[in-house]
Amino acid sequence: MLNQIFVKPFVDMVSAPDFLLQVVWEGLVSGVLYALIALGFVLIYKSSRIFNFAQGIMVVFAALTLVGLHENGVPALLALPLTLVVMYLLAMAIERVVLRPLVNQPDIILFMATIGITLFLVGFGELIFGGENKVMITEQLGIPTGSYTFEPWGGLLILEQKDITAVIGAIVLVLALLLFLNRSKMGRAIRALGDDHQAALSVGISLSTIWVLVWFIAGIIALATGIVWGARAGVSFALEVIAYKALPVLMLGGLESVSGAIIGGLMIGILEKLFEIYWGQPLMGGNTETWFAFVLALFVLLFRPQGLFGERIIERV
Amino acid sequence: MLYRTAGQFKTSYKADHALFPVRQDAVLLWIIVFLAVVVFPLTASEFTFQALLIPVLIYSLAALGLNILTGYAGQLSLGTAAFMGVGAYATYKLITIFPEMNLLAAILLSGFFSAAVGAAFGLPSLRIKGFYLAIATLAAQFFLVWLFEKWAWLYNYNASGAIQVPNIDFFGIRVAGPTAKSIVQYYFVLGVVALMTALSINLTRGRIGRIWKAVRDMDIAAELVGINLMKAKLLAFAVSSYICGVAGALFVFLWRGAAEPNLFDIPLSFRILFIAIIGGLGSVMGNFLGALLIVALPVVINTIPDALGLDIGAAPLEHINTMIVGGLIIFFLIVEPLGLARLWQIIREKFIIWPFPH
Repeated sequence: MLNQIFVKPFVDMVSAPDFLLQVVWEGLVSGVLYALIALGFVLIYKSSRIFNFAQGIMVVFAALTLVGLHENGVPALLALPLTLVVMYLLAMAIERVVLRPLVNQPDIILFMATIGITLFLVGFGELIFGGENKVMITEQLGIPTGSYTFEPWGGLLILEQKDITAVIGAIVLVLALLLFLNRSKMGRAIRALGDDHQAALSVGISLSTIWVLVWFIAGIIALATGIVWGARAGVSFALEVIAYKALPVLMLGGLESVSGAIIGGLMIGILEKLFEIYWGQPLMGGNTETWFAFVLALFVLLFRPQGLFGERIIERV
Repeated sequence: MLYRTAGQFKTSYKADHALFPVRQDAVLLWIIVFLAVVVFPLTASEFTFQALLIPVLIYSLAALGLNILTGYAGQLSLGTAAFMGVGAYATYKLITIFPEMNLLAAILLSGFFSAAVGAAFGLPSLRIKGFYLAIATLAAQFFLVWLFEKWAWLYNYNASGAIQVPNIDFFGIRVAGPTAKSIVQYYFVLGVVALMTALSINLTRGRIGRIWKAVRDMDIAAELVGINLMKAKLLAFAVSSYICGVAGALFVFLWRGAAEPNLFDIPLSFRILFIAIIGGLGSVMGNFLGALLIVALPVVINTIPDALGLDIGAAPLEHINTMIVGGLIIFFLIVEPLGLARLWQIIREKFIIWPFPH
């Protein structure tokens, strides 16, 4: 038994390095997606202290809108900006209907409100688009679908082109976002709101404009995530589940940290895949991916309560 | 007028500490008890028992468990359904290992398993707070549901992977299983829920309850005045999980009749959190009001198209249902963030002077 836990997995890893690389790559790709979703959470949390549970359903909703528009005869390249318009309207509606009346309420109330939004969007989405699984319009959007094959150490390594596109796309998106947050006036306003609501308001930053903006950016991220994940697994309401996978990423990376979300996402993506392949499947009957990330984050938090990159918590009475 | 307390004198400390010091409250309670014990069972149909009365009671109990943790001790938890699952599976194992065991004893015992698991998953609360803790409790949620699925011993190596409730007699009366009568099940559930509620009320208004409230309002300050945070938080997790475990056992044994692992998945946790929040955090009565709303709402919505003579079809109706529930949650949060219990308080204050303007 000890041999199975402590020796055999590592022997397997060393003896088949090409397979290990493949596993790490797969983990990396899902890690990028977790990081993207976590980024949506972090942005909204930073600027409004709202723990936005609806990020997952926003991913589904964005992807469904895109596919649904295309099914109704809108060309793919036109459907993309149209979906962005829909996400903008959604952000505006959420700000006007839900957030504005709830300003200054305790955190848990706002959190519950986002669960309310989630339920509403689930019902709304199913009503309009139907509950069945749809195929993402990968080719129509110009995303290559082939794959590269390498043979390191005489083994086999397959990298799918859409995964590579996803990784590059995510990197570009994150860089653009960081540039926006750190260099533009709007971005600075968002960070100012995150630091101190009242101080930001008093220097003339408009709360409602920034909230709409932040939710819209979260919508853009949701759309990107939806396209990438949809290309891998199809578009359905099951996608919502991956939002839960972003939560341990947040714990690990810290709720306020953009870089934490990215590094945490990649770490969890890779580690959970390794654990599943080398320990989970042979020893525990598989499907350990549902909880491994949470338990890992739990252990990290026991030693670093603010997460790996979160702001240090200073408490006063 | 209706709620005037003038003239109600207390002549002893005992009377002053009574559960319901205001006479009107006590009268109201007796009316509710009368309704619950005599009127509802006599008038209810099979459908009302199964779709309304029994689930309302069970959901209230589960929400009460969560409310003790979140509303009184201030620790947000998203793992309620998993703790309910522990109670249900523990009862199942106890019943199948000791077939002679009294069902009530098995259910009350199973709560202790749930309490132990809850306390174990409550350990991180000593270091982390707020949403970090909420996510940490999700670890319990996902891990335990996975365990229910993979650990075949828990469901006695069934091929289906689900637990089936056998026929169980309670002092010679069939209470659980396919042939049990709804009215019997209702009385059994009512008894257990009443017992648990009475215990919780007394727990929350006594010394322990005050310790929890101190921890909730500011844990560092509580620590400074000499409260042992570790004991207080772990006790809150244990008591909360105990109640949730009992609710889970009732959920499966007295209502559903069978359970698959994914029954205890995260939507159930959220459902109970809704009930607790819409009812009102930090209130016992709120759980019952919240459960009534959340359980009755879909039942009522389902009857509306028939009443209007519309034919929408089952699937869209279900989706509209989800939408309306989501919308109503937001609506209630905006209208009264402190929940239905607070609404009742406001009504009560109105009744004190009603029908006069001042």
